[in-house]
Amino acid sequence: MSEPLLVLRDVHRSHVQGSTTVHALRGVDLTVGPGELVAVMGPSGSGKSTLLHVAGGLDTPTSGEVLVEGRDLAVLSAGAAAAVRRRSVGYVFQDLNLLPSLTAAENVALPRELDGVRGRPARAEARAALAEVGVAELADRFPDEMSGGQQQRVAIARALVGPRRLLLADEPTGALDSATGEEVLRVLRARCDAGAAAVLVTHEARHAGWADRVVFLRDGTVIDSSGPVAGAESLLPSGGGR
Amino acid sequence: MSIRHGLLALLERGPRYGYQLRAEFETATGATWPLNVGQVYTTLARLERDELVAPAGEADVEGRITYRITDPGRAELARWFRSPVTRQDAPRDELAIKLALAVTTPGVDVVAVVQTQRSATMTTLQELTRLRTRADDGAGDLAWSLVLDALVFRAEAEMRWLDHCETRVARAAAARVDEPAAAPVPAPGAKAVRR
Repeated sequence: MSEPLLVLRDVHRSHVQGSTTVHALRGVDLTVGPGELVAVMGPSGSGKSTLLHVAGGLDTPTSGEVLVEGRDLAVLSAGAAAAVRRRSVGYVFQDLNLLPSLTAAENVALPRELDGVRGRPARAEARAALAEVGVAELADRFPDEMSGGQQQRVAIARALVGPRRLLLADEPTGALDSATGEEVLRVLRARCDAGAAAVLVTHEARHAGWADRVVFLRDGTVIDSSGPVAGAESLLPSGGGR
Repeated sequence: MSIRHGLLALLERGPRYGYQLRAEFETATGATWPLNVGQVYTTLARLERDELVAPAGEADVEGRITYRITDPGRAELARWFRSPVTRQDAPRDELAIKLALAVTTPGVDVVAVVQTQRSATMTTLQELTRLRTRADDGAGDLAWSLVLDALVFRAEAEMRWLDHCETRVARAAAARVDEPAAAPVPAPGAKAVRR
């Protein structure tokens, strides 16, 4: 496998809630390479969202390493970590992904403009990204002129615009009907097949079915993983490093 | 469903010999129901005995006999299409029984039994999703695609049912105050063992 886009090594995350300490993650190991779509499943409170936040640098681990494209977010300065986060990682949430006052193309171009890319080339990259998710014709529409599925496609385009290759998605199909959700997963799958990597938190087995690997989280620990290519891995004891 | 009705349905398209029937049966059901040619000939022999099919003529130069559907065969096929399928889903039932026994057998880690199944069912679902994508991208064989859909729905239902089982087992365990706390989940893939 070429260099992984995301590596989590023995990641712990605990936070104090009143007089008790909540261990949201307890020693999670996860490696995601280019071309891989990894789904994370688990009951509520198992640490799925925390895992995603830590992976994207939105939250810091109590201990352990988080490497995005080989760079350890923990040892970087806050500013440098923010730059890695912004330039390497894209997010797709259940809803409220797009700014309502901007068109699809402007929404997708925005992260590139924040990267320092000029307006015109940023806009060109945005149109290319929109074409890659099959919604080139929506470039000049505003979010409220699009269906939920179209908005999620635009959100995927925004997450992977320019050089970004790591997409973190938290229940991206949660607000969609089943058929539209499938379409969004199909796009996500296609982007991964084209070389991106994605971590998808979902409670829908049907959507996790699109993944190369499904990781089962429980009480902050990876207890199992499934997938045609991960047969041998799933025999490893939990907590064992890869 | 029986292979009988499958063969009758194929013969309704026109006379065929055994090898053709086997090939077409597998095309219609994908790899989900592999048939060997022996099963096809045994079934044809029984259908002929019951006068639901008949040889369409003499054996050809290669010794192959072509069969055709008879009027009683057509009636039987029509009856089959009219009738609902009764649920005799053996694998699923086995799973239900296994879970029921796991819950009531002392020392069995039910959570591990559930997770072992969940992981296996999820792998199946991943494989089916791949096959379906390939089917959709390809020539678009509707019959095969619908069979795959059915299997996807079934795997999905099984996943939901497993979640449901786990929740109920957890609640039941919580209700039993004198029970010790649930043991940590053992190594993935581990079979349930008696302590």
